[in-house]
Amino acid sequence: MTTDSGLLLDMYRKMVTIRTFDARAVEEFHEGNIPGVVHAYIGQEAVAVGVCSALRSTDRIASTHRGHGHNIAKGADINLMMAELFGRANGYCHGKGGSMHIADFSVGMLGANGIVGAGMPIATGAALAAKLEGGDGVAVAFFGDGASNEGAFHGSLNLASIWNLPVIFVCENNRWASSNSAAATLSVEDVSARAAGYNIPGLTVEGTDVLTVYEAAQEAVRQAREGGGPTLLECKTYRWRGHSESRGNPPDPRPVSEIELSQSHDPISVFIDLLMEQGVATREQLQQIDQEVAAAVESAIEFARSSPLPRPEDALTEVFAP
Amino acid sequence: MEAFREEMRRDDKVFHICGNLGPLAALVPEFGIERLRASPISEEAYVGAGLGAAGSGFRPIISPGMMTFAFTAMDQIVNQMAKIHYMFGGQAAFPLVFRASTGGGRSAAAQHSQSPHPMFMNLAGLKLVMPSNPYDAKGLMKSAIRDNNPVVFFEDQLLAALPDRCPVPEEEYLVPIGEADVKREGSDVTVVAISKMAPEALKAADELEAEGISLEVVDPRTLVPMDTPAIRRSVRKTGRVVIVDEACITGSAAAEISAQITEDLETFRALKSPPVRVCAPDVPIPYSPVMEQYCLPDKDNVIAGVRKALQ
Repeated sequence: MTTDSGLLLDMYRKMVTIRTFDARAVEEFHEGNIPGVVHAYIGQEAVAVGVCSALRSTDRIASTHRGHGHNIAKGADINLMMAELFGRANGYCHGKGGSMHIADFSVGMLGANGIVGAGMPIATGAALAAKLEGGDGVAVAFFGDGASNEGAFHGSLNLASIWNLPVIFVCENNRWASSNSAAATLSVEDVSARAAGYNIPGLTVEGTDVLTVYEAAQEAVRQAREGGGPTLLECKTYRWRGHSESRGNPPDPRPVSEIELSQSHDPISVFIDLLMEQGVATREQLQQIDQEVAAAVESAIEFARSSPLPRPEDALTEVFAP
Repeated sequence: MEAFREEMRRDDKVFHICGNLGPLAALVPEFGIERLRASPISEEAYVGAGLGAAGSGFRPIISPGMMTFAFTAMDQIVNQMAKIHYMFGGQAAFPLVFRASTGGGRSAAAQHSQSPHPMFMNLAGLKLVMPSNPYDAKGLMKSAIRDNNPVVFFEDQLLAALPDRCPVPEEEYLVPIGEADVKREGSDVTVVAISKMAPEALKAADELEAEGISLEVVDPRTLVPMDTPAIRRSVRKTGRVVIVDEACITGSAAAEISAQITEDLETFRALKSPPVRVCAPDVPIPYSPVMEQYCLPDKDNVIAGVRKALQ
């Protein structure tokens, strides 16, 4: 286990930021301040933070429709994120993308993606770029259990394997592909078993334990940097909210007992216990971080609220690059 | 091939990902297999990988061979390639060339004889180039490689197989994207002809010249962006227009060009007869040569279209 208390507290801060950001985004959505759709990352914080903590800011990631956590973990600015959710002119995408398309190329975040599995080929290409550049950069593709049934998954793993690309395929198995249970839609118990078909390492870890994820990611990243090629890393996790927030609140197909059981294993609470046990921080110090994060998220909402809307005709700009 | 060699020498960020290297294999000795990547037949994966590399500082040229093979990659083309620059608020450029062959005429049947360019015109976010001769192909390919956007480059499969019909200078030159070319000046009827239809229109012009009918042949060369002013200028001069497009007629590029002509008041007033579209009928292209020839527009269809416009 890492003993770098600065790193551990940074992980904690990021996990709490993701939780708080999405909890507030959900509220603002239901109050009608955020249009469109929001897919909350709550419950899966340990995966984004564990993996991204093993990366450099120059490493690149491709994300999913549930991308807020990946953005925050990779170092994106929550003011610009929230402004984008509010559809404002100074959001990350100038109001053209919204929740499902937030990107920050300056921190290597190549974009959330509204199409299941579509980020995997893109991350594979970012890894190809890293290899062609000749350095030791790596790329990460985040995706869900549902995406592992897409052709993009199989094509990407094969391509990365035969070209020996420095890419880590991180499957966030939250047990539900939209409204379909993984048990009913996967041919395997563990998605990582599919790695064997592509002759790459595959492993499954407890995705609610941030340090377990971090250590597994570190090893996969080390291997990729040293020319050892791709890894399929499956993190078993659970999302606390329904597939997406929606105005009509359609019924969540998941059993209440399953949701409650998963929430009793909260990745943040587990990490708090560990940080205190190890003497990294006291409860008061962690609460201090919680308060700072809460203030920062409120400030992001205020920033978004007071930001200008785009002019309607701005819709016609940025179709092509200069 | 010269365009690739020149641009790969000029910029070490240019590389190829192909379903099949084909003639590009000739470049391997100079540039190596790292820059001439033969990919597994996983169009979705390698088209997306090209896009990811483009967003990471490279200039890939992605080629599935025939466009028909890349319909399995349409998510990456439609949902990612066309929209990714815009959706992210213009914060990153995706300079890539997506190169594929299209068109019929080889008895290859419906799946291998398609002209899907109108679909791509309707996507918003992709430039679309369709050259009609090797000179334009070289100059446009060089411009496409240097462009900071995804450029779809459709090469007619028969044009590519024809022996060179025009000189291709060995020296460096560019043909700008977005400029039509008047392939032949004339005074009676404008024929706007796309890709392989341009040589058919030129043959029709030769034949009709003997009858004293003068055709002006305009090749748009790029469909997105379309050089509408050049097309309208020619139509205002002749007052009559035939638009020749190998795509199925409904929603064809010819339909769009017709609208561009008629919705401009000055051009509309200059028309002496309605625009005529010469396209394929709305059927999948059939296998048997007699049926295929019936469906695909050629010189004789152009001549018939011209006669209609002159009525």
